[in-house]
This record gives sequence, C-alpha cells and structure tokens, in this order.
Amino acid sequence: MTRHVIIGMGVSGISAAITLRELDPSADISFVCDDPFAYYSRPGLAYYLNGEIPEKQLYPFDQQDWKALNVRFVKAHATRLNPKAHLVEIKDGLPINYDRLLLATGAASVPLNVPGEDLRGVVKLDDFQDAHEILSLVKHSKAAAVIGGGVVSMEMVEGLLARGVKVHYFLRGDRYWANVLDEPESHIIEHRLAHDGVRLHYRTEVAEILGRKGKVTGVRTKKGEMIRCEIVGICIGVKPRMELARSGGLVTERGILANEYLQTSEADIFAAGDSAQVFDPQTKHSIVDSLWNPGRMQGRVAAMNMAGQRQEYQRKIDINVVRLTGIMLSIIGSVGSGRDEDLVSVARGSSETWLQLPNSIATETGNEINHLRLMVGERTLLGALVLGDQKLSIPLQEMVGKQNDITPIRSQLLKAGAGLGQILMDFWTGIRERG
Amino acid sequence: MNLKSSLGSESRRRQILASGHVVAEPTRCIQCGICSFNCPISIDVRRHAWLGIQIEDSYCLTCGECVERCPRGVLRFERTELFLRRQG
Repeated sequence: MTRHVIIGMGVSGISAAITLRELDPSADISFVCDDPFAYYSRPGLAYYLNGEIPEKQLYPFDQQDWKALNVRFVKAHATRLNPKAHLVEIKDGLPINYDRLLLATGAASVPLNVPGEDLRGVVKLDDFQDAHEILSLVKHSKAAAVIGGGVVSMEMVEGLLARGVKVHYFLRGDRYWANVLDEPESHIIEHRLAHDGVRLHYRTEVAEILGRKGKVTGVRTKKGEMIRCEIVGICIGVKPRMELARSGGLVTERGILANEYLQTSEADIFAAGDSAQVFDPQTKHSIVDSLWNPGRMQGRVAAMNMAGQRQEYQRKIDINVVRLTGIMLSIIGSVGSGRDEDLVSVARGSSETWLQLPNSIATETGNEINHLRLMVGERTLLGALVLGDQKLSIPLQEMVGKQNDITPIRSQLLKAGAGLGQILMDFWTGIRERG
Repeated sequence: MNLKSSLGSESRRRQILASGHVVAEPTRCIQCGICSFNCPISIDVRRHAWLGIQIEDSYCLTCGECVERCPRGVLRFERTELFLRRQG
C-alpha cells in the first residue's frame, strides 16, 4: 500500500486527497497540518471578518465527507524533510514515513520590517487565528491603520469598517493596486473608500509602530506624522512557505520549483498551490499563483502523478472575481503591468500571469462604477477587467480562455467610443449560436 | 399574502423553474458558503459549485438570493434545456 503524506490542508491538499482517494480506495493518506482549524475556506475569511457569515459556514466538509475521504490527520508542525530516508520530522512527535509526499504548505504574509511589529494589535489575514485575533481586537479599538495593496488589504479595510472601526489606509504610491488597475479604476475604488469614511494616506510609509505596555497605540509615518490607532493591519503581499522544502535540499526560487507534473527536484516529492512555482511548458516560464482554482487543479494533478499516472498540469487563464467596496471586479487573463509599490511580493488572490503586456488596450466607462478594459492581442483577447456590471464577465472569461479569434471585431473594438459592451455581446451571442 | 396572489406566485415560480435554473462556474468559487448560508430552503449551493453541477433541485425557489449574494460571480441564471434534452 502506497503511503501518501500531504503537508498542508488548504484547497490544494484537500483536492489532492480527494483525487488520491478516487484513484485508490485503499491508499494510506495522511495530512500533516499545523493549522488547528484544518480545512476551511481561507478566502472566505473576509466574509467572516465583515460579519456576512458565521464562522461555522467556512467549513465546506461535513462529517460524512471526512468519513468518505478516510484520511489520517496529524495536527503538528513538520520541521524537517529527509528525502533520502523518505521521512518527515515532526515537532514533538514521531517522524512520519512516506512513499510520496505533497508539499502544499501555502503562503504566509510578508512582514513590514519596522520597529514595533511584535506589539499586540499588529495583524495579518492569513488564517482563522488571524481573523479571531482581529475580531477580538475590534471590541476595544477605535481606529486602525491598514498598510498594503491588492485584495486582502481591501478585505481588511472593509472588515474593520463593518465592525465600526475608523480606518486609515496607507498607500506608498499615488493610487490603489497600481499594477492591476488603471488610473480610473483605482480612483473608482478610492472614491468609494473615502465615501465610506476611510482616510486614505497617499505616498505614505510607516516608519514605526508605536506602543505602550505591549499594545499598539499608533503609528509614526516617515513624514513624521503620528496617527493614533489600536490595530495595524499589514497586507503587503505573501511569500510561499518554503522552509520545509529547503530543509530537505529541494530547489526553490520564488516558490518550490515544480515541473509540469508538479514534481519537485526530488522525484517522490510534489508541490502544489501557493507554495509552488510551477513550470508552464507553453510559455517556458515557472509561475507562482496565489489563487484558489489553480491551487485546486494543481492539487489534483499532483495527486494523479503521485498515484503513478503521468499527467501534465495545463494552465488555464487566471481569473479572480472579487468585491471591492461593494463593487464586483473580474480580472481575467493578463490585465496589468509593472509593479505595485504597496506589494513586495505576489498578493494573495493574484497571479504573476496578470502582468504580461498586450499590444493594444480598449476601455469603456459607463456610469460612475462601471468600467470595462480589454487587453487586445493580434487575434485574441489576452485579458479583460470588468468593474461594476458583470454581464460581460462570463462571456469574456470564455473568450479569453478559449482564445476565440476576434479578427472580425478587432478594429471595431479599437475605435474611439466603440460601444465595447454591445460589440462583445453580439460577437459572443454569435459564437454561442454557432455552437 | 392572500390565496390568489399566493397561487399566482406559485404558478410564476413553476414557470421560472421550468425555464431556468442556477448554474455555477466552479473556477470562480472559493467555497465561502455565502450561497448556502443565504438559501431560504437550505440547499447546499456551495457543494453544487464545488462539483460543478447546476442546481436542479426541484425545491429551488429560483429566488436569486445565492446569485445576488455570491461575492465572486460564481452563480447565474441560465435557461434550462430540460425539455429539449428530454425530447432528444
């Protein structure tokens, strides 16, 4: 009987376990996970934080699911890998042997590296413990400072607002999420934030987190301004958790390097999800994602290979749909470029592939919150960003994903005042009717 | 609600149910469970989204709560091809 060990219990790990069980009903599958809350929807923490759903709602599996999955759960921290001996060392426990190992260790928030970061009141939003910590702090807090960019910073801002805390939002640059959103899009979000009472501090960096008796009392900016607050949220990006992989001598770069079969530099060790940097045979690049669905798919493909099949991971277009300040935003394929000063690494809920450049851009703005941006390639749409009205979101996901030939409408799309929405909808309807 | 309007809404519901249903786009779903939490008759919409199957539950009210509340644009109404399929 093959012994499969999975480190980490996010969606990649769970998806791998489900696949292994499908392929081999008698397989011996163990999880090693140091998160006491085991499997839950980590992206869903935002909606627990803002009070939309109760805690128990974040657990997708019930007892029957666990019974059917039939896995062993070792609640412990894996400290060291010994690939030669096929062994995982466990903190305060006996080592675990494996035949095939999956590293689905996820990613962790990057620290800001300023004095005062160890004070109580400095928070991130990686896991349930973080969400609990924030909810315990808001009971006694009047104000918070949130530092960073991307989706998680906004989720933290909105969660704190919903809990009645005054929020100061610090941006290093001139606008929000500058490497994914264009200027009008950033301004739509910023305008909504200001309307909701958030105080935006542009071109502002925190020099020091101030405290008294071990608790946060405020921040001092590099300009010398002092702002009183009891909570400091840090969301400047995430980095793959690679300590375990490195302890076993596995090759790592920005993530744990894995080939198209999700295999690491050790043949019996696989990697998937936020911790992995996966080779894409089409582009010949190795890419780090921090997105739920690629994590799920990578877990599945890794498991197939662990079970002895030879299955290549085929990248689909990266998509994320999020709600920012109550406005829906779809990010499909390549939409941005350059870098965001507010993020020092890939942000949770984003992908490196979003930052590839198109050769033409078409945009359309509707009323104050509707905005559509198309990244137009020679024959296909490379990406799209849909802010506000989401009617075009699914059609665009399919058009970009299936690389539909847009030659018949390309020149129309690039004309000024083209009426992009209608052109796309007509084109999409035609594609569907033709089957 | 009086009997007449109640029967009217029931008949309308049946019409909607026969012509459309809620479908999920699993690549967008992050399993937060807002859909299941807000379903007035406790259909586990989230599970449908995970499995990539449409909500063809005969009890579905097609009230649209799950579609409206999903923060990730996973769910949408789509016309069913129920009768076409059966004829085929």
